[in-house]
Amino acid sequence: MLSYTLKRLLQAIPTLLIVITLSFFLMRVAPGGPFDGERRLPPEIEQNLRAAYHLDEPLPMQYLRYLGDLVQGDLGPSFKYKDFDVSELISQGFPASLELGMWAILAALLIGVPLGVIAAIRRNSTADYVVMSTALAGIAVPNFVIAPLLALVFGVLLGWLPAGGWNGGAWQNLLLPVVALSIQQIAYIARMMRASMIEVLGSHYIRTARAKGLSEWKVILRHALRPAMLPVVSYLGPAIAGIITGSVVIEQIFGIPGIGRYFVQGALNRDYTLVMGTVVFYGALILLLNLIVDLLYSMLDPQIRYDD
Amino acid sequence: MSPTSPMQCAASLSAGLLLSALSLSLGASGCAMAAESSSQSEQILRIANGAEPGSLDPQQTNGTWETRITRDLFEPLIAYSANGELIPGLAERWESSADGLSWTFHLREGLEWSDGTPLTAEDAVFALRRLLTPATAAHNATLYYPIVNARAVNTGALAPEQLGVAAPDAQTLTITLSHPSATLEQTLAMSEAAPLPRHVIAAKGADWTRPANMATSGAFVLKTWSPQAEIRLTPNPRYHAADTVALDEVVYLPIEESHAALNRFRAGEVEIAYGVPASHYAWIQDNLAAALQTYPILGEYFYVFNLREGSPVADQRIRRALNLATRREVITERILGMGQIPSWHFVPKALGEHQGARFDFADWSMDRRMAKARELMDDAGYGPDTPLELTLRYNTLEDHKKIAVALGAMWKPLGVKVTLTNTEAAVHYRDLALGDFEVGRYGMIATIADAYDFLNAFSSDNTSNAPGLSSPTYDALIEAAAREGDVGTRQRQLHDAEQYLLDNDVVLPLYDYVTSSLVDPAISGWAPNALDVHPSRYLQLDTSH
Repeated sequence: MLSYTLKRLLQAIPTLLIVITLSFFLMRVAPGGPFDGERRLPPEIEQNLRAAYHLDEPLPMQYLRYLGDLVQGDLGPSFKYKDFDVSELISQGFPASLELGMWAILAALLIGVPLGVIAAIRRNSTADYVVMSTALAGIAVPNFVIAPLLALVFGVLLGWLPAGGWNGGAWQNLLLPVVALSIQQIAYIARMMRASMIEVLGSHYIRTARAKGLSEWKVILRHALRPAMLPVVSYLGPAIAGIITGSVVIEQIFGIPGIGRYFVQGALNRDYTLVMGTVVFYGALILLLNLIVDLLYSMLDPQIRYDD
Repeated sequence: MSPTSPMQCAASLSAGLLLSALSLSLGASGCAMAAESSSQSEQILRIANGAEPGSLDPQQTNGTWETRITRDLFEPLIAYSANGELIPGLAERWESSADGLSWTFHLREGLEWSDGTPLTAEDAVFALRRLLTPATAAHNATLYYPIVNARAVNTGALAPEQLGVAAPDAQTLTITLSHPSATLEQTLAMSEAAPLPRHVIAAKGADWTRPANMATSGAFVLKTWSPQAEIRLTPNPRYHAADTVALDEVVYLPIEESHAALNRFRAGEVEIAYGVPASHYAWIQDNLAAALQTYPILGEYFYVFNLREGSPVADQRIRRALNLATRREVITERILGMGQIPSWHFVPKALGEHQGARFDFADWSMDRRMAKARELMDDAGYGPDTPLELTLRYNTLEDHKKIAVALGAMWKPLGVKVTLTNTEAAVHYRDLALGDFEVGRYGMIATIADAYDFLNAFSSDNTSNAPGLSSPTYDALIEAAAREGDVGTRQRQLHDAEQYLLDNDVVLPLYDYVTSSLVDPAISGWAPNALDVHPSRYLQLDTSH
């Protein structure tokens, strides 16, 4: 398993290089540049700016310069947030996104999995219909609707919780954004869990387990739950990467200093280094989490083994 | 409105207990936020500032959300009063020679940086040289080109030491100009021109703006800076007017979403919110009238015509017809409704001294305008049966779209068939500058309170000249105004230039911008002004409120 892990990590390097290369050149092909605005800069000023960021060099040279810096862990200075390096922006913002995201994922698992299981066991009962229609609503209502609504009701009208702000990650400030962020995940996971549980419950070994005279709860917890979790686990890899890298909507509505905004703002501002930094970070995170998911698989499903 | 009431605090506590019993075991006391805002003795002002500053180096800042902070930290030689008028800043007085070419500024006595280092005229010289150094890449450097050798320094042809600034002694700064400039005082009042702590910059380099390093000359010092979370300022005890500063702390919150800013204002989490959501404007007028501050600023919303050959609007008859058929009041009253001023002019009216230029048809009835417009279109060979197809470009935003749709409807009776195209801002402005458009949306906010700032954009060699105007008459007027020292003469030249734009239908002005903010009525010292500057040193919270 160790050598498998090492192999996967080595394979990640060319993948990441392809991602970096594609994004680097795609970003430069996009029309408009980092210094385009309502007031066009006088040519001499634009020239000064281009020189300051090495944009006056030929593109292949800029690409090599970027790779060279990257190897040394230098993501370059941000075009927009000039007082900070991109690596600094990401390392300062990531803890907030991570904290928020992990709570949301935890809530989604702790609520979504049991709901899905209950719906599967009581298939076509009232409980099933209630859970599934609520889940459908959860998926259908986007978080840019839920988030301001939560802030308005609990922050402004009831005054129970702050309407926004981070405050170092105090629980009062975390609660509403965690709810807003996890609702959709709860819904997804519940639906996924229900479907896969129903499938597992219909399989031969479950029939065997029941035939042995095990109680229904024992059958579910000991024999059905683990295999039924597989689709959820494989969903969790990319989902976690997506959630802990922040949501621009949630961050803007609740004023959370995460990194989600950098993905969107970086692209809109043509902040080349910031876009590249977030792409590298997100890409590496996805590769890592997918590896973890694959390793988890082997623990959940005895048929999967990574032999050396 | 502002402090959270004790009752709300109790409610949030019980909700907190309930929730932590459920599962969450996160620390922090029950009422941290409320405790801070309900403090009666401390003067803490929290501002929803619109966005995270790109920098706290005053020479790297450009946006209002940035200069609001740098102005609190760094005082230029010339400062702003609460009303936005120019008053002595670090310089207590200044004078110019009879020809307007030599200026002498006398710094106040005993000035110190916040770290105790003496603040001298050398710091002012250092700052201006740095501002024009190519590597600084300051956006507004061209505003300082009247200074001797400024352009050559900024393009790297001369060393920064050749710039026409000097410090004959620690308290005197001299500036030599290559031609008279009516706007020198205004440009020196911008925070980018403020003296800088050269001892800190020399020692810390690019990290000089970090809270631990920065030394300031203004009313406040930088206490903490958490990117995208908050910036905290505390009073600078070494500020020359430190005894007049009432606030104990200023907190700038980079809240981008105007709905979020409104929510937080209503929840008592901020005392000032810059920018209100247009969709809630009517509601705010009804429910938060005492806090609503709306007034015109130095900004203009307009469309530009592409005058280049081959453009369908290269024919002035068509441009005039479109200008005639545009019902500006419909846009300001029915679509926007925030008190925007319909424009029959180009330079915003709030620019007090510069007024008078306007369309010659401004007073006509709508019927007369439409009749004339139809006649012009007919002359040009277009009408309902032979429609003119026109593409309107705007940068993606809901309000821009509404206005573009309205323009299409207003021009339809003339036989104009409008197609709308929108792109994100970066692409939009580049394409406009390259002349890749027919009729395009534009907006301009003044950098300094001067008509020249608006009109200069249409000189033939200006990179912002989207219409592609190439008129020796116009260029001569602008060039003359740039070098004119006499205020009256210069004003006439600028008036003539503006009238030229209108007479030739180079632009389709729509309205003067307004700004809307929510300001807690407990704040005193806040005065509306067209520059929209509200230095925190003048603000005070009435804590008994």
